[in-house]
Amino acid sequence: MFRYLVRRLLAAALILLVISVITFFVFFALPSDPALLACGKTCSPARLAEIRHSLGLDRSTVVQFWEFFKGLFAGRDYGDQSVRIHCGAPCLGVSFQTDTPVLTTLLQNFPADLSLGLGAAAVFLVAGLGLGTLAAVRRGRATDKLAVGAALFGVSLQIYFVGLLLLYLFVDKWQLLPAAGYTPITQDPVAWFQGLLLPWATLVIVYLALYTRLTRSSMLEVFGEDYMRTARAKGLPAGRVVLKHGLRAAITPVVTIFGMDVGSLIGGSAVITESVFGINGIGKLAVNSVQNSDLPVILGTTLFAATFVVLANVVVDLVYGLVDPRVRLA
Amino acid sequence: MSQPTKESPESQPMEGSPESPHAQPRPLAVSTATPAFLDVRDLRVHFPTEDGVVRSVDGVSFTLDKGRTLGIVGESGSGKSVTSLALLGLHKGTRALVSGEVWLDGRELVALPEKEMRQLRGSTVSMIFQDPLSALHPFFTVGAQIAEAYRVHHQVSRKEANDRAVEMLQRVGIPQPRRRAKDYPHQFSGGMRQRAMIAMSLVCDPALLIADEPTTALDVTVQAQILDLIGDLQQEFGSAVVIITHDLGVVAGVADDILVMYGGRRIEYGTVRDVLKRPQHPYTWGLLQSMPHIAGDVDRRLNPIPGSPPSLINLPGGCAFHPRCPHKGQVPDGRCSLERPELVPVPGTAEHIAACHLVADIRGGENTRAAQ
Repeated sequence: MFRYLVRRLLAAALILLVISVITFFVFFALPSDPALLACGKTCSPARLAEIRHSLGLDRSTVVQFWEFFKGLFAGRDYGDQSVRIHCGAPCLGVSFQTDTPVLTTLLQNFPADLSLGLGAAAVFLVAGLGLGTLAAVRRGRATDKLAVGAALFGVSLQIYFVGLLLLYLFVDKWQLLPAAGYTPITQDPVAWFQGLLLPWATLVIVYLALYTRLTRSSMLEVFGEDYMRTARAKGLPAGRVVLKHGLRAAITPVVTIFGMDVGSLIGGSAVITESVFGINGIGKLAVNSVQNSDLPVILGTTLFAATFVVLANVVVDLVYGLVDPRVRLA
Repeated sequence: MSQPTKESPESQPMEGSPESPHAQPRPLAVSTATPAFLDVRDLRVHFPTEDGVVRSVDGVSFTLDKGRTLGIVGESGSGKSVTSLALLGLHKGTRALVSGEVWLDGRELVALPEKEMRQLRGSTVSMIFQDPLSALHPFFTVGAQIAEAYRVHHQVSRKEANDRAVEMLQRVGIPQPRRRAKDYPHQFSGGMRQRAMIAMSLVCDPALLIADEPTTALDVTVQAQILDLIGDLQQEFGSAVVIITHDLGVVAGVADDILVMYGGRRIEYGTVRDVLKRPQHPYTWGLLQSMPHIAGDVDRRLNPIPGSPPSLINLPGGCAFHPRCPHKGQVPDGRCSLERPELVPVPGTAEHIAACHLVADIRGGENTRAAQ
């Protein structure tokens, strides 16, 4: 078990290294020039060269990557004698635009995604399992058709549509809620909850569809298994047959998808939701950094998000071992 | 050779016409004998599908007393397993249409509401399934699954139920039962799994035990052990046992009576001695001849029954077996394909019946068909 975990984490580190190399070199294949962007309108060749030097762009790509890689473990110091920025390990670099260490910015924006992602995920997981099970039990009947129909409807909707619609209805028209947005929970729990209610609802509406359908089909498959017949033959009540024997087995594929969804949601993949509701999360940071050719931030957000997806997969595998005794983690 | 004097078999209540597959149950037959422990009368299980009605079980009757064993024999798709599931009422709440009567110890089960049927399942009637690896839940320990079966029907603590599970595992011959109870089904060998399955089905001392192909997934030495075990436990508990199998060897070893099914119907029924010594229906012969004999000539080729089991949606007219029957030429006027043979008593026996025109025609006469 321990060795398994160590091996998985080493593999995860390797994946992250590969991702950072790819991101790094893709950036240099792009036509934009961050130095030119930083230079502004009154730009002279001398000034441009100076900026280029201060950003480290005058060195070769490989050397730049090595500096970056070294910084991850040893930290880095930027700038010259006049302006000195220290970036402690693990240093993901310092933003070209704001001169702030990338990790600082990431950690500032992270709680928003954590609240948004975990809150929505908890709701769509529980509701999806419930609705999917109900649909499977009532297969072919009105409840099932309604659930499947609603799921299809939900999956066809887009976040920017649902989000804006909810904002219009609840904030503008009926004025039931204050403007949506993120307030740290430590600052004001009520405002935190009220501000995230619509973003959560938006994500739930879109993701619930997937989870309902996934649970339903997995459940229907399990219903055909011999051990479900055994459970009934023992004289168990129908409810216990479905919830204890059925759901326990049907949950495995749901766990897989759920792990990856949670990983990417808190890693910033809720970018559209973030921008619809004006939440400063990792996703928004990533979009801005691409627009500004801000290499350290691009690298940082990519690695940050990738870390969560990779970690989520490790967690999923560990959970597998708990759910299914046949899976030996060795 | 005498022509049958009765009406066309289509009008017989036993076999029923396709137009009225779900006729009202017959009134209880007036009988002075003590009623049998299990009395199945004209059981039908039909599945409506898009292609037509699948008549998986179509008018099956038999009786069974406590302490006795009935073997139900037939090929895949002959309706054996569906019959057993119907005895447990496992078709309740599905699309299957079940009619007829199943009397168990004076209670009729077909019309019994699901709630009451559920209380009988696992306690009074229990079942051993064919493939214990897929019939046991992969995510729960063997002990927990047995304990669960006990706790459904008994108000006991978790610990008492676990102790009972361990005791049952010991009873079915699992070494170190307390330790093995904590194992998962995949950690058991095939034979051990089937023992665990048997322990689970016997945990509530059922009066009727149904074993659906209990030895099919096992190798031969383990098969014998499992059959012995079922026999021993039957002695101990005095249960009635229904063994469903396609293996006449199994039936010969453990059963008192044999019911041979074909196309969802009974075609031969009698004591093991009568049916195996003097098989009357060509299908039963066929089954016997397609069995390898350990003591026989090594070079003797097996004689499989040609063709494959009939469609249960559209059974062949007349005798359902006639397209595969090597003896249909012996019956004149093509009656095998026109007229369904009724179940008639076999001459010289008390309770041996078979549904074949050959038997009907030679009734009272000498049985000229020498054993092959």
